[in-house]
Amino acid sequence: MFEMLLIEGLAIGACYGLFGVAVAIIYKTSDVVNFAQGEMGMLATFVAYHIMTAYGWPFYLAFPATLLFAILLGMAIEICFLRPAKEPTVLGLLILTLGAEMLLMGLAGWKWGAEQKDFPFLLSVHKNVEIFPGFALNEWTIGVFVLTAVVMVLLFLFFRYSKLGIAMRATQQNENAAKIMGIKVERVFSITWGMSSLIGALAAMFFAARSVLDPNFMMEPFMRAFAAAVLGGLTSIPGVVIGGLILGITENFFGYAWPEWKPIVAFVVIILIITVRPSGLFAKHYVKKV
Amino acid sequence: MGAYGTSLIMMHLHFPFPVAIILAALIAALLGFVIGLPALRLEGPYLAIATLGFGLTIMHVIGRWEIFGGRMGITAPPLDLGIPGSAWSLVLKGDVQIYYLILVIAVLLVIGARNLMKTRVGRAFMSIRDDDIAAEVMGVNLTIFKTMSFAVSAFYAGIAGGLYGFVVSFFDPFSFNLILSILFLVMVVVGGLGSVLGAIMGAVLITYLQYDLLKNVENLPYLGGLLVAVSKQWFTVIGLANFSGIALGLIMIAIVIFEPLGMFGIWIRIKKYWKTWPF
Repeated sequence: MFEMLLIEGLAIGACYGLFGVAVAIIYKTSDVVNFAQGEMGMLATFVAYHIMTAYGWPFYLAFPATLLFAILLGMAIEICFLRPAKEPTVLGLLILTLGAEMLLMGLAGWKWGAEQKDFPFLLSVHKNVEIFPGFALNEWTIGVFVLTAVVMVLLFLFFRYSKLGIAMRATQQNENAAKIMGIKVERVFSITWGMSSLIGALAAMFFAARSVLDPNFMMEPFMRAFAAAVLGGLTSIPGVVIGGLILGITENFFGYAWPEWKPIVAFVVIILIITVRPSGLFAKHYVKKV
Repeated sequence: MGAYGTSLIMMHLHFPFPVAIILAALIAALLGFVIGLPALRLEGPYLAIATLGFGLTIMHVIGRWEIFGGRMGITAPPLDLGIPGSAWSLVLKGDVQIYYLILVIAVLLVIGARNLMKTRVGRAFMSIRDDDIAAEVMGVNLTIFKTMSFAVSAFYAGIAGGLYGFVVSFFDPFSFNLILSILFLVMVVVGGLGSVLGAIMGAVLITYLQYDLLKNVENLPYLGGLLVAVSKQWFTVIGLANFSGIALGLIMIAIVIFEPLGMFGIWIRIKKYWKTWPF
């Protein structure tokens, strides 16, 4: 029982962590929490659903098509909405993303209606695979672990060694200096949004496979992923994933002990932790200089 | 909190309405003070998640607690301005009567807010908003004024909630959800951030859009027919009810891009234009 709770908590936590990474990537480069993140993932999942059910594409084609759509969606939102804003404040950008959230949610509701649908995903929660004798995991869990590990390694390599990754880090540290060095900062921003949208869509499809698909389904996971990201410290990507894992485990164990308080226990824990450590567990605390 | 507080105090303790709503607002203010405590150390997204978490927690606690009616919600008692059950009883019935009561309270509170912003406390609030470190250096006590701003804001929200409870006459914890908070934010942004007058203008406009104009999109002149046709072609007609979300989202985006100060900004520009007119 204990191992089951632990593994399930870890798996859900990894999913939160993955989605939190999507939030953190945008926060790292542009200092804005993207409230439309959940709805971007939701829309991408709906697109996957639509091309699989309405056009009858197999999963292997629909999956990359959806990821491509997610990248384009992220870049489109950056280019159409965030870029034209003149000298935006952080609050202004935040309101922009909230506006985008309402817009996307409305579009999805308009197109697909509010009724709940089952998302046909390749990996099922109900099918178990025996990894080694006497120890079985369901496909979904394995998929989450593999995906999170792969994304983490790729992100690490990307930020460490690729030219684009280094440009992104430079933009984050000092936008003006990066511009002087010949980095096209605006292009970096739209690529960041595309990347974040891609990771968000991946995580959203996993969430949809676990629950149901409707225009609101990403609201709660987004809140939790955001909380996980804050817990780990928004600026540290491994911290975000660890935050997600802690959140997943806490929630699962408390949920087993007191099922009725499951939805909020994570938030109570997080409020307590960030009151003690205001910048999250793993980020360097940044002291504002005058 | 305000809605629950007012209704419960009136139902169980049999207090008259004015006492009940002020008590409920004070309870809300106390809660705001508690939420303001971690706010002293947090900023930006960290503060956002803390307030969101508090909101969810309170919603859930109310949903679980018997006295609050649980998930089923409660029905507001009759709105009685006098002392219930005595000769002084004055029950307000119908939307029009309640409207006048709310109008009076709203005007009083707006005058209160405007005056508050002109006092020492209001100036302290503004200086903290502009730059908290500079404010602290000038001798503004951050601890007191930051928590106080949360408490004052919660007091206002408490009164608003208390009145809202009577307007809808039935509510459950999920009536006061995140979407409602976002809607309030839209109102403030559309009206103009940091201005009491702007907030009212925004509230009027958005409420009109939300509850009147966009409720029956199909019946709009010109646009309605077009939208139904578009829905039939590419979308679903049932889902057209979601159009208000799309419209509000677009309004928010447009305001930030084109007019960051909102309607209040437009108003200031017009005023300036006429003041300096031939030039």
